[in-house]
Amino acid sequence: MSITDMTAVELAAAIRAGTTTSVEAAEAMLDRIEKLDKTYNCYVTVDREKTLAQAKEVQSKIEAGELDGPLAGVPVAIKDNMCTEGMLTTCSSKILGNFVPMYTAEAVLNLQRAGAVILGKTNMDEFAMGSTTETSAYGVTKNPWNTDHVPGGSSGGSAAAVAANECFYALGSDTGGSIRQPASYCGTVGMKPTYGTVSRYGLIAYGSSLDQIGPLTRDVTDCAAVLEAIASYDVKDSTSIERHDTDFMSALKDDVQGMRIGIPRDYFGDGLDGEVKDAVLKAADGLEKKGAVVEQFDLSLTEYAIPAYYTIAAAEASSNLERFDGIKYGYRTEDYAGLHNMYKKTRSEGFGQEVKRRIMLGSFVLSSGYYDAYYLKALRVKALIKKAFDDAFSKYDVILGPVAPTTAPKLGSSLADPIKMYLGDIYTIAVNLAGLPAISLPCGADKNGLPIGLQLIGDCFQEKRLIQTAYTYEQIRGPFPMAVKEVG
Amino acid sequence: MANIISDETIEYVGILAKLELSDEEKEQAKSDMGRMLDYIDKLGELDTTGVEPMSHVFPVQNVFREDVVTNGDMRERLLSNAPEQKDGMFMVPKTFD
Amino acid sequence: MAKEYETVIGLEVHVELATKTKIFCGCSTAFGAGPNTQTCPVCTGMPGSLPVLNKQVLEYAIAVGLATNCDITRYAKFDRKNYFYPDNPQNYQISQLYLPICRNGSVEIETKDGGVKSVGIHEIHMEEDAGKLIHDEWEDCSLVDYNRSGVPLIEIVSEPDMRSAEEVIAYLEKLRLIIQYLGASDCKLQEGSMRADVNLSVREVGAREFGTRTEMKNLNSFKAISRAIAGETERQTDLIESGEKVIQETRRWDDTRGESYAMRSKEDAQDYRYFPDPDLVPIVVSDEMLADIRSRQPEFRSEKMKRYKEEYDIPDYDIEIITGSKRMADLFEETMAICRQPKKVSNWLMGETLRLMKEKEVEVEDLRFSPENLAKLIALTDSRAINSSVAKEVFEVMFDTNVDPEQYVEEKGLKTVNDEGALKKTVEEVIAANPQSVEDYHNGKEKAVGFLVGQTMKAMKGKADPAMVNRLLKELL
Repeated sequence: MSITDMTAVELAAAIRAGTTTSVEAAEAMLDRIEKLDKTYNCYVTVDREKTLAQAKEVQSKIEAGELDGPLAGVPVAIKDNMCTEGMLTTCSSKILGNFVPMYTAEAVLNLQRAGAVILGKTNMDEFAMGSTTETSAYGVTKNPWNTDHVPGGSSGGSAAAVAANECFYALGSDTGGSIRQPASYCGTVGMKPTYGTVSRYGLIAYGSSLDQIGPLTRDVTDCAAVLEAIASYDVKDSTSIERHDTDFMSALKDDVQGMRIGIPRDYFGDGLDGEVKDAVLKAADGLEKKGAVVEQFDLSLTEYAIPAYYTIAAAEASSNLERFDGIKYGYRTEDYAGLHNMYKKTRSEGFGQEVKRRIMLGSFVLSSGYYDAYYLKALRVKALIKKAFDDAFSKYDVILGPVAPTTAPKLGSSLADPIKMYLGDIYTIAVNLAGLPAISLPCGADKNGLPIGLQLIGDCFQEKRLIQTAYTYEQIRGPFPMAVKEVG
Repeated sequence: MANIISDETIEYVGILAKLELSDEEKEQAKSDMGRMLDYIDKLGELDTTGVEPMSHVFPVQNVFREDVVTNGDMRERLLSNAPEQKDGMFMVPKTFD
Repeated sequence: MAKEYETVIGLEVHVELATKTKIFCGCSTAFGAGPNTQTCPVCTGMPGSLPVLNKQVLEYAIAVGLATNCDITRYAKFDRKNYFYPDNPQNYQISQLYLPICRNGSVEIETKDGGVKSVGIHEIHMEEDAGKLIHDEWEDCSLVDYNRSGVPLIEIVSEPDMRSAEEVIAYLEKLRLIIQYLGASDCKLQEGSMRADVNLSVREVGAREFGTRTEMKNLNSFKAISRAIAGETERQTDLIESGEKVIQETRRWDDTRGESYAMRSKEDAQDYRYFPDPDLVPIVVSDEMLADIRSRQPEFRSEKMKRYKEEYDIPDYDIEIITGSKRMADLFEETMAICRQPKKVSNWLMGETLRLMKEKEVEVEDLRFSPENLAKLIALTDSRAINSSVAKEVFEVMFDTNVDPEQYVEEKGLKTVNDEGALKKTVEEVIAANPQSVEDYHNGKEKAVGFLVGQTMKAMKGKADPAMVNRLLKELL
């Protein structure tokens, strides 16, 4: 087995055992990126020297016994909307094309404390707005399973990098499915934790009340290890929650005996691809055979989650993105006449079409005369959706369903019809509105060989149940194939 | 399409959002926004009488910091990304207030 | 017949709170630092930065609310006010619109005719200050300093209850006194730690509806406020008289020109798109928190006046002046605590202090001398180590530089000469040098003694005890 084929936890064990080193792993991975990334374009920024310097430092700490965690020495890829001190952080936008942060996001710092080595920054939909990674200002990322298809988004670069073995694991962020959906399209594990579990300090905000950083990994074990490392109470993030149950690796148990699993009928209606449906239901059967109590139920309100989400996310985004004005950092237009013209030209040239579309929608729904009808209405619907989940979790430990209605669409087929693209978020979005944790893991492939994702949703703070169920399912399913077998 | 977005509205939103659109982009924006609002109008089907708007999903409250100075001078690093700077300050087009 | 009009005024008063750090980050609020040296990712709007509320800001806001008879909101939130301007690094200001921390308060002011009037307070909310824009003289640009960005403010919004500049100033003075007593701010108009925007409309006397109001900004002294109210009243009255409409707008007062002008721009939509800030969590004010803040409320002026009257033998007028400013009352009490002589402390404050403040145009907040040094000066006069004219001389130096009077008297050799032998010698010399005066004295002109005392003091460079000089002169004559 090539070193780059190892999972993160396997690699850390090998480094601890002395059979390889962090530097060797980093070099192997950098070589692979050099060969493969021309094809897949997972990364916006890779800095070989910096990576190797970090690896050397981490390796010496491991040898000195200062670092011995389950991820110590393992190279990681970071989505390009998390600030990294001294390393370009673009959000895949022209407006931040030259932005070098003066500090590192708390989640990334937590990884570094655990001995992570940063390989680079991964491509994404601009400011995390999109479901395909095609809105990036730095080129599309291609799905490693089939380069005619998108990797999903917005964390498409992170998911594709994991799938193509261009990193051992990656961080993504999930505002409406941005970790789970690309994980599903790329055949990797992706998890969105309970809101407040991972600090948002240093995550460049899209929808602040919805954004959450989470892992993209090759298997559930890595997912638990990464989540355990990044979860922390952060006094710099007022929405951070102090938890004492973040020993997520303790939930890696092959056991679903008595686990109550609810399958929402609403998630299996029109629009769901037949192959996806079959694969997901087959996974449910497998869990049932292992002793889970599986039952169908009506979640309700599913079709209202998307309009509520786009209202809230666009409103928050319109405000969050006001700071990109050409004054303190980032792009400033060349020629302008006066302040307001500078603002307008900078922003119009610096932002891409999808970002502008959402900023305009968000500005409109907050504007005088529309706030109550749109924004407050959406917040009321959000309350109803939260209540629907509360009701469901009074009966079930886990909700099981698909991640997306289809497998990865072809490149260039999504952006022309935004509403159709937004509809693809139907199974992931309500989770963000309700602040819940959810995991996506591969459960099969369609006839074209594109991966299908299984989604497990838990009640707030119930990540362990998700990890346990996902881990058990992984044992049923067996190893998932790799997207890219040979490096040519 | 139930929501017709006028030129004035797009112009107005452009002022609020500080975006300048070409004529072609304006037409596209009018159509996109109209369609999105039609879609959002679906929320009107739900009776939300008596439902409190939920801005924060968890009852996390009263997060404070103590009134203690923790930051020192970090001007050089803060200014390092500025498109233009002078005398330790961010340079902007002439403004009058 | 000419119609009669009345001016209707409401105030929005911004007060910079006296916290050590900014409202949402750990940067210092100290005045006078180099540009942008007191800034961080939060108060310069760096991507990914997040705000965390300074607890002291909330406590001050609640304290001001309690002192102005407000209802304290038990579930409060912060909202974002969105507008683009370079002094506003995020291009939104974190403020409170929907659930401000205090509501429905009032303060009482004295009116011209000696009556009492209640001015309603609509709300008090917490918000962050903006940075400072400096206009570059040499290049066609402006420069931004974010040191002030994120400095905590409370905005106190009054009801439109005032009818004249006098009432406005009485209201502002009352607010200032309350806030200074709380220690929540020094409330200096000139330095901008207290700023008032005036909402003003004019209507016919007896009319029930309010007229259209304008908001005037940039008022940084009581005088400017008075002039602006007069100017705007006249402008609006002229408009109404000539049948024109008053436009609801924000105007900037130019105090040197004595006129206001509209701050209008096509790019200024005045549509702030307020919505709850998702980065900050709600504030829930518990009974305990409220009781705790209430228990720490200081002694306010009326209580202080009552106590002074009971405890100290000083005139009512002195009490009124001393308690009229927190700083003065503090100086009084702190000096008192050392020297225990209310009458003498009061005399120094009412006499020389007020005189020098007027002469040197010093505000009470800017007084430099310490209670310790004033107490020392009183002790020096009590022990007759220096005489009263030397004491005044020393006090003036203290007033300017807060010099230690003991050290100063020692260094400058200002101690009264109590050596009778040395003094006697000087008196004899003065008598010898002024035969005319001696003769006048013997001819019954008592006044001549005064001249001889003066001459002796002059010869002693003021360092003699005048009583002793008097006695010696009379003996020797």
